[in-house]
Amino acid sequence: MAEATTKPEEATVQIVYVERPETEEPETFHIRTLAAVLGSEEAAKDAVIYHYKHASSGFSAKLTQSQVEQLSRQPGVLQVIPSRTYNLHGSRAGVMGLWIEGDELPRGRGGCGIYFAAPISFDPFCLLEDLVLEKWFSTDSGAKMDFKLRRPLEASSNASLSMMSEISRNLKPGLPFVPCDSTNICYVARQEQSFSEFPPPQVTQSHGLYAREQKTETKKQLEPSSAVNDLVMDWNPRLMLSNLSFLEQKIHQVQDIVRSIISQEGRANELAAQQQLVTADLTYIIIQLISTAGTLLPNIKNALLSATPPVGQPGVVANLPENASQKQHEVLPVELAKASEYDELIKDLNCGGEGDELIKCLNNSVAEASDSIPIEDHDIKDYDDGMDGENLPPGSYEVLQLEKEEILAPHTHFCLICGKGFKRDANLRMHMRGHGDEYKTPAALAKPSKEASSEPAIIRRYSCPFVGCKRNKEHKKFQPLKTILCVKNHYKRSHCDKSYTCSRCKTKKFSVIADLKTHEKHCGRDKWICSCGTTFSRKDKLFGHVALFQGHTPAIHMDDAKVSGTSDHAQFSETTNGMVADMAYNFSGNASDDTQSLDIKDVDDGQGYFSPMNFDACNFGGLDEFPRSAYDVSESPFSFLSTGTCSFIPRNGEN
Amino acid sequence: MTKSRDLCRRIDRSDGFATLTLDLFSGSPNPNPCSYSRSAKRVRVSCASPAAEENRSSLFDSLSEEVLFLILDRLDSDPLDKKSFSLVCRSFYAAESRHRRALTPLRSGLLPAALARYPSVSRLDLSLCPSVTDAALASVGGALRSSLRSIDLSRSRGFSYAGIESVAVNCAALVEINLSNATDLSDAAAAAIGRARNLEKLWLARCKMVTDMGIGCIAVGCQKLRLLCLKWCLGISDLGVGLVAVKCKQLRSLDLSFVPITEKCLPAVLQLPHLEDLALVGCLGIDDEGLMSVKQESKSLQVLDMSNCQHVNHAGFSSLLSKTPGLRQISLAYCCKVTHSLASSLQKIYNLQSIKLDGCEVTTSGMKTMANSCRTLGELSLSKCSGVTDEGLSFIVTKHKGLVKLDATCCRNITDLSLASITSSCTSLTNLSMESCNLVSREGFRLIGQRCHLLEELDLTDNDLDDEGLRAISGCHNLSVLKIGICLKISDEGLIHVAKGCPNLQELDLYRSVGITDIGVMAIARGCPLLQIINLSYCTEVTDYSLRSLSKCSNLNTLEIRGCQVSSSGLAIIAVGCRKLTKLDIKKCYFVDDAGMLLLARFSQNLRQINLSYCSVTDVGLLALASVSCLQNMTILHSGGLTANGLAAVLVACGGLTKVKLHSSFKPLVPKPILEHVEARGCVFQWRDKPFQVELEPSEVWKQQSQEMHV
Repeated sequence: MAEATTKPEEATVQIVYVERPETEEPETFHIRTLAAVLGSEEAAKDAVIYHYKHASSGFSAKLTQSQVEQLSRQPGVLQVIPSRTYNLHGSRAGVMGLWIEGDELPRGRGGCGIYFAAPISFDPFCLLEDLVLEKWFSTDSGAKMDFKLRRPLEASSNASLSMMSEISRNLKPGLPFVPCDSTNICYVARQEQSFSEFPPPQVTQSHGLYAREQKTETKKQLEPSSAVNDLVMDWNPRLMLSNLSFLEQKIHQVQDIVRSIISQEGRANELAAQQQLVTADLTYIIIQLISTAGTLLPNIKNALLSATPPVGQPGVVANLPENASQKQHEVLPVELAKASEYDELIKDLNCGGEGDELIKCLNNSVAEASDSIPIEDHDIKDYDDGMDGENLPPGSYEVLQLEKEEILAPHTHFCLICGKGFKRDANLRMHMRGHGDEYKTPAALAKPSKEASSEPAIIRRYSCPFVGCKRNKEHKKFQPLKTILCVKNHYKRSHCDKSYTCSRCKTKKFSVIADLKTHEKHCGRDKWICSCGTTFSRKDKLFGHVALFQGHTPAIHMDDAKVSGTSDHAQFSETTNGMVADMAYNFSGNASDDTQSLDIKDVDDGQGYFSPMNFDACNFGGLDEFPRSAYDVSESPFSFLSTGTCSFIPRNGEN
Repeated sequence: MTKSRDLCRRIDRSDGFATLTLDLFSGSPNPNPCSYSRSAKRVRVSCASPAAEENRSSLFDSLSEEVLFLILDRLDSDPLDKKSFSLVCRSFYAAESRHRRALTPLRSGLLPAALARYPSVSRLDLSLCPSVTDAALASVGGALRSSLRSIDLSRSRGFSYAGIESVAVNCAALVEINLSNATDLSDAAAAAIGRARNLEKLWLARCKMVTDMGIGCIAVGCQKLRLLCLKWCLGISDLGVGLVAVKCKQLRSLDLSFVPITEKCLPAVLQLPHLEDLALVGCLGIDDEGLMSVKQESKSLQVLDMSNCQHVNHAGFSSLLSKTPGLRQISLAYCCKVTHSLASSLQKIYNLQSIKLDGCEVTTSGMKTMANSCRTLGELSLSKCSGVTDEGLSFIVTKHKGLVKLDATCCRNITDLSLASITSSCTSLTNLSMESCNLVSREGFRLIGQRCHLLEELDLTDNDLDDEGLRAISGCHNLSVLKIGICLKISDEGLIHVAKGCPNLQELDLYRSVGITDIGVMAIARGCPLLQIINLSYCTEVTDYSLRSLSKCSNLNTLEIRGCQVSSSGLAIIAVGCRKLTKLDIKKCYFVDDAGMLLLARFSQNLRQINLSYCSVTDVGLLALASVSCLQNMTILHSGGLTANGLAAVLVACGGLTKVKLHSSFKPLVPKPILEHVEARGCVFQWRDKPFQVELEPSEVWKQQSQEMHV
């Protein structure tokens, strides 16, 4: 866009909507149409980026401004619009609301669907946090989805959604949270009424669009939309996801503490300590939330810029709000102007009545946010430079880009005779032996040697086909992938559904099997726990933690303890930590009576963990010299245990 | 007063033997002579008369507890003395109950009663109890709350972490725990140990199920640890050891032998400010590169044992030795070749006093460098080293004249030359081992006795020693241990010299020294009253006469007379005379039968270990033996008169058995429930399937073999 304004003759990605041809293949029709403008079919084929054949009819291509004008005059061409990315953001901490970036709205021909989460308030300090947000936007094709944006947002919104539902489920009256009932949390997932021209848009259609490679997968494979602008996605959605899930855990922990407060009423001193603990934890959660939301900031900024339309193309961009063209370089005015823009947006949305409230919120928040977001100018310059200078690394290597079908194909080597597919070429060669003696020669069986070995080898690097990805060659900070394997893993990890779920924890999902296997190695029972309740996925981390903090002890799982008690007198191994001083021994002096006379405590099976810390809660006649930590951890040593794998353990003394 | 003297005299008179009278009160304001007998029965008899009873009560009650404690302090040597003492009267009994600090019970079942009697026991040694239940440990925790300082469970089984827990939690003063060989204990037990906050010494050898998590609990809980033995703890890795090193800053001694650690934990370990003793035996995870990467120094380290570290070569050792300048002892047994470069790395260690190189390959140049590098060697062990030459050994001993202990076992290349230089330069030698140095001649061995008069321990097994050499050795008046087994040239004459010259002899090994007869043994028995251990196995000329004379050695605790021509009567005399006998090996004493067993069972109540293979003992004798309550270890192979029923009865009757070696033909015959019951009590069975060996005049065979070896 920026370059589009300064260099009108430069080709930009345009989406061309055409009438659906009745008699011929859509592709040939597209090519024919485009060839009329570009001069030859070859040129047209080169220019076309993608054909839309199913839900709508059209194609995307890189075209210059003049070509666009010519094209729009061609028979059958309905509309030519530049490819555009739309973005939707959560606000920062302290601000309630939601605003939508976008300078144009497809009127008449497009359906617009917005998913968003309403702001929720849940913390005791009345600090309102709104949580993101999923948006997807369908342009008038209905099928062109902004996948690039959608993918990461989907992840984060899933996380936030689950988080919110957790909150709503877990919050109970009496908790030290600010009163917050579940009605406050409204997660609106609505679709706009579909327009007659583009009946049920979005998901189902995109399904159809990419049905080829989705035979087995229930979720749709997402096609990179090449007709999307180069929007920078600097923030890391994975990081955010992990942040959010960490927050979720943290909230669980607070819940547990609060539950324990409820369950042991009437102990003033403990209560005070635990309240302190809750306060500390909540403060932490808030800080974490703020910082998490803060990671979105640069993205908001970029999105703002990317959403500004190129000045030079007013005619192409349909329904461009008039004030949009004014916000080219001065950021603050841009933001302030948003308010009015949103009014228009909201009108355009034709939202139902219940949206009005939200919209007001939006407006307020935009006004607030625009004051509070500091934006430095040099960032903008960087952005522009990157776009203008075509700042690709020196052409020391050749960049290859595989298509997504190739990447996702289960087999990469195919038998030319029977068509059977193989993952490895060696397996293919073995297979080929069955097709005749000519394939059994040593030459045929030998590993194909690299012919380029004599000449200086061309360094090959790979590009991700997903436009907008940092690994895509179009990206301004393009970082190439080294091998095909890297491409495959990267594509699956970043742009595909995570279809492999860990069988142990049932929560972690992976798109690459190897990742799942790695995770399963240390998932579940091998959780390393400290007596303070902190869990670690790796033993060395636990030991580092224990070494660092005074009084922290590795917590030992009770199951192990029971296994260990394989003595002849198994019953004694059952006398868990109830073996305390108050046990009454009645030794008659007769050796054989000893075992019977031992007062065996009831075994509390609910006791999930065996920790030496437990004993500190017992009174051993003043022998308890264990230094108590500031938080008096020993009172409820496991109230911090997260992830709900074990229920809260009542204090030992009450067993 | 006079009556009490009367009483004492009466006791003295009535007790025919081994009466000990201590006059602790001469010169004190209240000079009451106190006498007591070690035979409890006698005392009781003397007190039986009503008059004496009256006097006694008034007399003994007047003794203050302090005085009684003073007496008891002097009775530590013999457990039976204390027993007798406590049976004198009620006040003596009470005093003894309060005085006792160490308790070594035979049965854990009686522990509650024993602890009720001895409330101030601080050392509890349960190593004789094969099975210790959690209940017993709980009773220990309940009874010895403040007094217990040390508990030894190294040979016991049957307890779980709950028992340890009760001891660790209740006994606040607990300083030592020995849990070695508790192979079924895991992290929960370790966590329980971690509750003993004042623990200073902990042995966990062979606790194979303890992992890093457990040792982590111990490290955090027991921060006062000074000694930690983790030998054979295969579940522990660098992380656990590292945490121990971080948390237990007081550690003086750390044994990490055979633990699968690598060099990664060594920096933390070496950083311990007080570490003096470090054992890294058989740590195969440590290699050259790893050791070279360790940069941490340890100024305090004094003893380093890196035996069997087979992946370390001289480069690694040199690197480590350069970081430990304070070393006094080093053991590199069964490691790499001792070459010039390794030996020169010793140069930086100023105070090195002891080097053990057992089983290493040694070069002459290495030995010379070692001699030059070290300043004042006191102890050198070259046992089973290959490559030890006269040149190298002579060089070392001439450089280090202060050498006190020298072990040259199986250095088969050394000759009289070495011995000449050893004896001429190291006249202060106290320990010398030269087993199987076959090139040294009888003249060479004479030099030992002639020049090294300070010798205390001498091992010349399997050598060309003769009577003349023994005569020279008799000049070493401090000799306490003499091993001259398989010396075929020695005879009674030499032994008589030894008996005359070495009154302090405590251990004598004459295994297969077939020239020995009763005359020599009699001389030894007469000349060496302190004798504790004697091995006369396969000295085929030895008969009951020897045993009769040995019965005068009242300290005798180990007697091995395999294949001797002894009978039940001889054994009976030994049983009566040597009350401290704990270990008896009468394998292939064909003439020993039930009569001997009956008397043995009657008198040798301290017997712990017995080998009865090939004896003519039947069920009767064995059943009698079962009444010896201490008996732990029994080997019975090829006893003709033994039946399965008798064996079953014996196994059930012997409550303290820990190890029984039996012929495998009995295994299906003894009822399985009985075997299981005995095993549950803590006994281990070893079933052997050796064929019955017909007597082949073993000494003759041995002579032949020996001759062949010399040729």
